[in-house]
Amino acid sequence: MNALLSVRGLGVDFETGDGPVHVLENVSLDIAPGEITGIIGESGSGKSVMAFAVMGILDPAARITGGDILFRGESLLAMDPRRRDGWRGREAAIIFQNPRAALNPIRRVGDQIGDVIARHDRPPAHALRGRVEDALRRVGIPDPARRARAWPFELSGGQCQRISIAMALACRPGLLIADEPTTGLDVTTQAAIIALIRALARENGTAVALITHDLALAAATCDRLAIMHAGHVVETAPAPTILAAPRHPYTRALLASAPALAGSINELQPIPGRLPDLRRADLPPCRFAERCPRRIARCDAPGPLGLHEAAPRHLLACRNPP
Amino acid sequence: MTALLEARNLTRHFRLARDGLFGPRPVLHAVDGVDLAIAPGEALGLVGESGCGKSTLARLLARLLDPTWGQVFLDGRDITRDSAARFARTAQRRAIQMVFQDPAESLDPLMTAFELIAEPARLLSGPMPRTALRGRVEDAAGAAGLAADLLARLPHQLSEGQRARVGIARALVVGPRLLVLDEPASALDVSVQASVLRLLDRLRREQGVALLFVSHDLNVVRLLCQRIAVMYLGQIVETGPAADIWENPKHPYTRALLSAVPRLPGDGAPPVTLEGEPQGPVDPPPSRCRLAGRCFMEQPRCRTEAPELRNLACGRAVRCHFVE
Repeated sequence: MNALLSVRGLGVDFETGDGPVHVLENVSLDIAPGEITGIIGESGSGKSVMAFAVMGILDPAARITGGDILFRGESLLAMDPRRRDGWRGREAAIIFQNPRAALNPIRRVGDQIGDVIARHDRPPAHALRGRVEDALRRVGIPDPARRARAWPFELSGGQCQRISIAMALACRPGLLIADEPTTGLDVTTQAAIIALIRALARENGTAVALITHDLALAAATCDRLAIMHAGHVVETAPAPTILAAPRHPYTRALLASAPALAGSINELQPIPGRLPDLRRADLPPCRFAERCPRRIARCDAPGPLGLHEAAPRHLLACRNPP
Repeated sequence: MTALLEARNLTRHFRLARDGLFGPRPVLHAVDGVDLAIAPGEALGLVGESGCGKSTLARLLARLLDPTWGQVFLDGRDITRDSAARFARTAQRRAIQMVFQDPAESLDPLMTAFELIAEPARLLSGPMPRTALRGRVEDAAGAAGLAADLLARLPHQLSEGQRARVGIARALVVGPRLLVLDEPASALDVSVQASVLRLLDRLRREQGVALLFVSHDLNVVRLLCQRIAVMYLGQIVETGPAADIWENPKHPYTRALLSAVPRLPGDGAPPVTLEGEPQGPVDPPPSRCRLAGRCFMEQPRCRTEAPELRNLACGRAVRCHFVE
């Protein structure tokens, strides 16, 4: 597979007063152009930290402990910081959960989109307005010339998210990371935003990483799914495979707890236990082992637990898969 | 069967600031003429999008907020004659209890789980010996699935699922017959959410506690509730048995709402979408359907005559001129 983005064995620690928190360990993931990859996990699974590491916007307390991130085969971690600043926005963009907070409240939305275009593409001044209006038109904002002069507070949450998508895609980047883009929006607005992201990805061949805790949304939207638990990627496969034939015990537990997939309330199965404390020095190789019904002695044997190919295009990190 | 709780023409308007010096004060119609009944031991799901008035309706039904007009009956007795503040000092206050949205935000961080659960019992059930209070708190905690050894902890020492259970135990400790839950599971992770939903279902089945479950998550409502009421801009637009509405929504808004719920590929009807965004609940024209302008079934009549909530067969009701 020809990946646009390839995360290889990435490890991230956060330094705290109580010692390091092992937020990501040995995380590997490939994202192909034109594909929508869903990154799914509960809070604390590390899905946003991985996105921030890719974008190079990690918190100063974060330390990359190992691995690499390749974009078109080139290491992003080794890239000169000035070039990385240009890369961000031109080649890759991210949109966030709360679109209103992501926009500057005291600048007109058209000017904010114009800033991105001016910085990366440097078009002649007279062409900038047209480019901004094009960007707004592409995300389905009616009357773009007038809307470009709007302030963020004049727009609904759904429209603000459209503006931030317009901003992210203004320079037609190859990679778009959408970090919970519809959390907090109504379902009808969510459906429209997801349809828009899908259409833009298909038209432009953009690789999209959709980060979400909503398994049903991801299953309905994405081509491939990556399941994260406590800083590990535990399983990746095409979305229909994850739904029909999940292999990792955590993936199975997650599916069994999702209301969208249950036929009745008695089918809804809570996942026992809770995430391990990621500050622990003695974290087991499999971070799900302590909650896992299939745990055997081999699961706790020392040595790193990596993804292996369980079937073509189906990767699994489990020593005792069903 | 008489309803446990019944709303008749329940309405809450909020007067907004004047436009200019002499203009009229605009009126926000948060809840407009709602008729709704909850049977003993029934779970009713109230769904709708943000701003539709579902949280205001929940607070009116829980008697935390006074209606502009209309009545709420508990066991057939009008409980809206007194203000909400006076109602809070009656014995009936115990019958209806509210569980709030975010357990982390709605619990006092300086009180232990025991004190948090004991507080409503002290306030509403009058003075009682210490041992009796301890027994009540432990019973409520047990019913909410909270282990007794957690009662000495402060909220930050509990997991999010345990905090949600403290919120539910606080409501249960006074022995309510109806729990009003405003998005109780929306801030929870799916693994925790599943256990809270199972708990609520068990309380309903085993203890006969009726539930008014306010949510925007139709998948959750479908699993937990026997009946659904759909709200749009302050009005109920459709009610009926949950399974019937899920399988066969009739009102155009319900159809659009259900088709926006993420479903598995190949599952569900082709998408139905509405044009634009809601008009807003400020001074809605009285003789016009509130969905007019967005609706795919619209006819000229929709702009000259507001539809009433009409009863159909099989316990369903729909507010639309054209649905049979």
